[in-house]
Amino acid sequence: MPVPDTKYFFIDPNRCIGCESCVQACSECDTHKGHSMIHLEYVNRRESPQTLPVVCMHCDSPTCAEVCPADAIKRTEDGVVQTARKPRCIACNNCVLACPFGVPKMDTHMELMMKCDMCYDRTSEGKRPMCATVCPSQALFFGTREQIADLRPRSRPINEFKFGEQTIHTKVRMMVPREATVNHLDVTDGMFDSGDDPQADDMMAATLYELPIIS
Amino acid sequence: MAQQPTATLDIIEQFGPHLAFSSGTRLDRGVEPDRLVKTHCCFCGQQCGIQLKVKDNEVIGFEPWEEFPFNQGMLCPKGVKRYLQGSHPDRLVSAQERAPNAPGGFRPIDYIAAIRRTADAIQKIQAEHGNGAVGVLSGASLTTEKTYLMGKFARVCLKTPFIDYNGRLCMVSAGAGNKKAFGIDRAANPWSDMLGADVVWISGANVAECAPITTNYVWQARENGAKIIVVDPRITPIARTCDLFLPVKPGRDVALFNGILHLMIEHDWLDHEFIEKHTIGFEALAESVREWTPARTAEVTGIAEKSIRQAAEWWGQAKTSFLTHARGIEHHSHGVQNVLGAINIVLASGRIGRENCGYATITGQANGQGGREHGQKCDQLPGARDLANPEHRAHVAKVWDVSPDDLPEPGVDCYEMFRKIERGEIRGLISICFNPLVSLPDNNFIQRMLDKLDFYVAIDFFLNDTARHADIVLPGSLQEEDEGVVTQIEGKVIKINKAVDPPGDARQDWRIIQDIAAAIGRTHGMTFQNPREIFDELRRASKGGVADYSGITWEKIEANYGICWPCPSEDHPGTPRLFELCSDNPIAKVAGPFYFPDGKARFNVAEYTPPTEEVDSEFPVILTTGRVVSQFLSGTQTRRIGPLVEQYPEPRVEIHPQLAQRLGIKEGDWTTVASRRGEITVRAQIVKTIRPDTVFVPYHWAGVKSANRLTISAQDPISKIPEYKVCAVRLAKATAAPEYADQLEPQQS
Repeated sequence: MPVPDTKYFFIDPNRCIGCESCVQACSECDTHKGHSMIHLEYVNRRESPQTLPVVCMHCDSPTCAEVCPADAIKRTEDGVVQTARKPRCIACNNCVLACPFGVPKMDTHMELMMKCDMCYDRTSEGKRPMCATVCPSQALFFGTREQIADLRPRSRPINEFKFGEQTIHTKVRMMVPREATVNHLDVTDGMFDSGDDPQADDMMAATLYELPIIS
Repeated sequence: MAQQPTATLDIIEQFGPHLAFSSGTRLDRGVEPDRLVKTHCCFCGQQCGIQLKVKDNEVIGFEPWEEFPFNQGMLCPKGVKRYLQGSHPDRLVSAQERAPNAPGGFRPIDYIAAIRRTADAIQKIQAEHGNGAVGVLSGASLTTEKTYLMGKFARVCLKTPFIDYNGRLCMVSAGAGNKKAFGIDRAANPWSDMLGADVVWISGANVAECAPITTNYVWQARENGAKIIVVDPRITPIARTCDLFLPVKPGRDVALFNGILHLMIEHDWLDHEFIEKHTIGFEALAESVREWTPARTAEVTGIAEKSIRQAAEWWGQAKTSFLTHARGIEHHSHGVQNVLGAINIVLASGRIGRENCGYATITGQANGQGGREHGQKCDQLPGARDLANPEHRAHVAKVWDVSPDDLPEPGVDCYEMFRKIERGEIRGLISICFNPLVSLPDNNFIQRMLDKLDFYVAIDFFLNDTARHADIVLPGSLQEEDEGVVTQIEGKVIKINKAVDPPGDARQDWRIIQDIAAAIGRTHGMTFQNPREIFDELRRASKGGVADYSGITWEKIEANYGICWPCPSEDHPGTPRLFELCSDNPIAKVAGPFYFPDGKARFNVAEYTPPTEEVDSEFPVILTTGRVVSQFLSGTQTRRIGPLVEQYPEPRVEIHPQLAQRLGIKEGDWTTVASRRGEITVRAQIVKTIRPDTVFVPYHWAGVKSANRLTISAQDPISKIPEYKVCAVRLAKATAAPEYADQLEPQQS
């Protein structure tokens, strides 16, 4: 049975409290027992306790699958991008490197790329994914558009993301403040310019130097 | 006599803490459980509903219980991984007796023999030194039935006045303040009242880490239009997205509340009709806050004056509001004054006792509420009756079929019991579900007092840090191995259901207590066959009291997902919201909504005094302590659960970059934190999310990593809660890693 097309997965970074309940609960899901397919990022712990749960965005045209030389990553008809097929995965890491959201992880022990499949064993039976069910702050939410509109009048979901020339549409929605415009930053916007704040330029220059983008 | 029988490392090797991870059946895919048991989490006072998966008398996992109204399936990481406690390698499955030459310092002993030894030791001490020479330390994680039994055991069986419980370290300042102002000690509202509030005020509550489910209520209130005000010395995750953050200097909360009230009066943001009809004492209070001008409030609290004015404006002009607080304002040598300050701004606003208008403390322990209502608190009898009140004594004595004269007088708080050990007045100790060696302040002193005891018996399911000093250890039961009720954060009585049987010689705690009573030969009133019998007697004992459970039955609880007390008759629906203007109560008898004979709430002058230990040139930094989300209290349970330990493996000291720079301390440096009572060396975490004059260390670890080596045993004069939130320390970068870093796993001590 497919995941109901009336149900969506929403991520609200504003609500994330960094508790890792999602991480702990994900490892209890029956399809990938003991392994967590979601991880938590601190944006900059020195500055803020802001955290972000990172889960597969289930792209409409998944880059991970497009770059897979072994055709191991399948997207179901209901839009769920699944863990690589074990017989096909060659552990080449192409998907890990290509995913713009930084989601797929290579399990080197199993030589298999594993990732969130939106708790397919649960969602295909009408249940909610484990992480979204337990999330105590409801930073992760699984439900209808009507429910999220009712629950989050100050926010709105977006599912279009730009990475350079690439525009990606995702099954998973990210909640952003309703009044805010969504800016898509270009890395060149932050590069050295003598008219800019010198301190900011130094920071960016140092960052870019570390990244070997400039020499 | 009760010295630890062998080296700590030997005990750790034998009894842990060791880390448990999912393995065996728990890790197998597609395993169908025999059954799902609807019950509640074994940790904090929110008591989230959870379904335990059981197979072959083992809890193998969980399934969210989405129908349970409070948490609707939501769980924090502790709730998710709690099931790893069962079948844990450290689990005590037999009684143990001290044997210094045995591996780990203990050897298994036949359960009956252990009970006999315990009874003999108690009888000997009481014969030689009087009944009061034996003390009982009980716990607020026990079911209410067990807490009731512990109180009865101490007073009727042991005939000692000396019983107290670890809720003393938790909510007693809130309870004492609530009784002084409202005449009743309970959260006044269901959490759903937050959702329609214009302002939610959170003081001293790291909600995201200590009561994570509550964040959903707070943020849903924000989505609905509420302004969120957070008062804390740290930018906690709940503070990160609040509308107004007030970075209070630890120990100065009452000054802030007085300053807010000053501005409410100045701008006439008062509900005069409510104050006139339903309260007394406002004039004296108003006079007392005249001196708390915004300028003075800012100077004392360390909060910018414009922020104080903004908070007062939002609070004062709101139509609906919810104020909540937790240990951040309660863990002080003037914790009750802080609480009274909070209540004063609630009462002055008139926003209590109606929909979307509320006030509550956030319960810390599983049964923090029920655990203090039915007789294990040193001054209370069942039904929240006062042990010093002749009428209250007579009622309970009748239920217990003893003479009121035979009931002991009120005892002393749990810390004072250790001072009595120091003076040789208490010589024998029974503890259950309490780990004072980690959880009490100045725990080097606690260790010396344990060493001094003639006899100590500990009842627990793991050999906790304090139990290492025991002469006899009796193997108790996990929460899922027994049934009974607890009272959660909103005052709702809910049912814990049994999922599995205790393993080996482990016994349900109420059986162990009754076995000791039988061995002493004092079985009067201590022959319950099951927890339901205990609950039925508890209902009778509470009847007519403030905490009236007489109309609550287990069936009614399960049919309604819990019943809020007071519930005086079986056809009564319970009382989710206290102080509704039309409500009745057994004290006021229709005179008014508050639990005093005249039905009126009391304003109390909330006096500001600085913390007991101010900083000085020798100890120039404020230490404050608290919790992290993956650990619980003294860590007896959570420091054994692998995934939770991996999440936050060891205590770190949070330091602001300005302070760190001055001290030459960098991220990750081993840093020695020293107070007048002791020192610990832990890694530094440099964060801008704490006041520069304050450092923070979580308290869940023991021994050389115990934050309570540093804290001060100063106590509130009314509630006797210790001042965990403020003491003076100095910091220095350590010259080398501490010895323990090479010897111990992160969770150990």
